[in-house]
Amino acid sequence: MKFAVIVFPGSNCDIDCYKAVEDTIGQEVDYVWYTATDLSAYDAILVPGGFSYGDYLRCGAIAQFAPVMNEVVKAAEAGKFILGICNGFQILTEAGLLPGALLRNSGMKFRCHQTPLEVVNNGTAFTNQYSQGEIINIPIAHGEGNYYCDDETLAQLEANNQIVFRYAGDDNNPNGSLKNIAGISNERGNVVGMMPHPERAVDQLLGSEDGKRMFTSILNAWREQHGAAVNG
Amino acid sequence: MKAKVYVTIKENVLDPQGSAVQGALHTMGFEEVGKVRIGKYMELNLDTSDRAEAEARVTAMCEKLLANTVVEDFRFELEG
Repeated sequence: MKFAVIVFPGSNCDIDCYKAVEDTIGQEVDYVWYTATDLSAYDAILVPGGFSYGDYLRCGAIAQFAPVMNEVVKAAEAGKFILGICNGFQILTEAGLLPGALLRNSGMKFRCHQTPLEVVNNGTAFTNQYSQGEIINIPIAHGEGNYYCDDETLAQLEANNQIVFRYAGDDNNPNGSLKNIAGISNERGNVVGMMPHPERAVDQLLGSEDGKRMFTSILNAWREQHGAAVNG
Repeated sequence: MKAKVYVTIKENVLDPQGSAVQGALHTMGFEEVGKVRIGKYMELNLDTSDRAEAEARVTAMCEKLLANTVVEDFRFELEG
């Protein structure tokens, strides 16, 4: 299986994503520059965190028009696995690949700490190695992670089981997001965006290894699609 | 021609910056301040003299890039 990690000017979690793929599942992974015009070689695309284009205008606003984004849209249409983390999530919403938007944290602060997440949907290609309702420990690091969508969109997200992660526990929402949403998928389930950073939780030395299973989930889903031996 | 573009968070969407500034103004003794909304102001110099065309083009710019219409409203004025 082959992964691409997209690199925009200002991305800063690209190395973490690359290493996470190498260290958790040992699959092929390439950095792909934002000017690339062909992603057909890749089975999964990671849109990493950071401050693409300095977050100028809005987070992800300018990155959505980088040349590589046309290819990310094509890959999404082709059913490839696409995971946007933090700024990557903001870019995917700006590009219209995921519904809603990320607003400034309600408390106005940049929040950077471990956060318990509830796995709300373990039926996705990104979460099949977790149990339904499992609480996992994943760090966040963002100033604009306050997920918002209108009532109609929220009803669709709930009806289609598109809410993948919520911030778990009472009074534990770090950013004011609607319904404690931390991560969502598109309707088809092959595109996921999340504010927390699973790539920063792949070893106990980092404080948690609960993020590992997102990567094993993706590999597992790909192998199931391709009839290869499933990684148990 | 010049376009002056104003982008603000939609009325029904929480504006955390506006709420924080409102709180600060109250603390400072400006109790008369109600809701505060914070937005962006942009000036674009346009190489055209065709007002109708400019209006259509700036609307497209706002919808595509300058505002995120999921959470923001925009309006603009054309001068010159």
